[in-house]
Amino acid sequence: MELYDGPLDTKEIFGRWLDEQADSNYGAYIPFVGTIRAEGDIEALSFDIYEPVLQKWFDAWQEKAKALGAVVKMAHAKGDVPVHTSSYISAVFSPRRRVALELIDEFVEDFKANAPIWKYDVKNGERIYAADRSTPMDGSGLLA
Amino acid sequence: MIKVEFLGPIGKEPMEIEAVTLADVSAKLKEDSTLTNWLDKCAVALNDTMVNDLSTALKDGDRVSILPPVCGG
Repeated sequence: MELYDGPLDTKEIFGRWLDEQADSNYGAYIPFVGTIRAEGDIEALSFDIYEPVLQKWFDAWQEKAKALGAVVKMAHAKGDVPVHTSSYISAVFSPRRRVALELIDEFVEDFKANAPIWKYDVKNGERIYAADRSTPMDGSGLLA
Repeated sequence: MIKVEFLGPIGKEPMEIEAVTLADVSAKLKEDSTLTNWLDKCAVALNDTMVNDLSTALKDGDRVSILPPVCGG
């Protein structure tokens, strides 16, 4: 898991991941890139991350992938990420494509639902919490 | 004493409270009107592990984190 201040250098990261696994004999490598779209007059999106819980979430996914003979990778941005740049990338390596295709789907969807990351629109230099696009994590409402 | 910290957009300073279980934390936080619109949407971590049970026992020095709705990516 890699965290960066500001936008991701997607080509460097994907290239490095590919090099790292060059001799691992995986038959499939499926990358996913999340790019900030220009919408609603935003200049950028901005992110807060709670790293200790994110690391545990990611470690659990690594274990799940390992049991399938696969590897998951991810990188995410902290702070402001301008439109048309990347805030999130992930990838799955696996011996065969079917496992990789299914795993990238589950991994990205669970990431959206349970990774402790908070998103803000940046408009006129102000951060506004993206409440309407955010999802309560599993187990929410315990203290209500 | 246990420490309660509020993550992301909640924007509230950490609190130190006396609590024996998470149910005590719940009772204490419900008294705070600035949290009324957050508690039903927030998940809870104890010392950075997610928890789902109000009867979870707490000990001196524990850290409870309140995690509002997320949107990574």
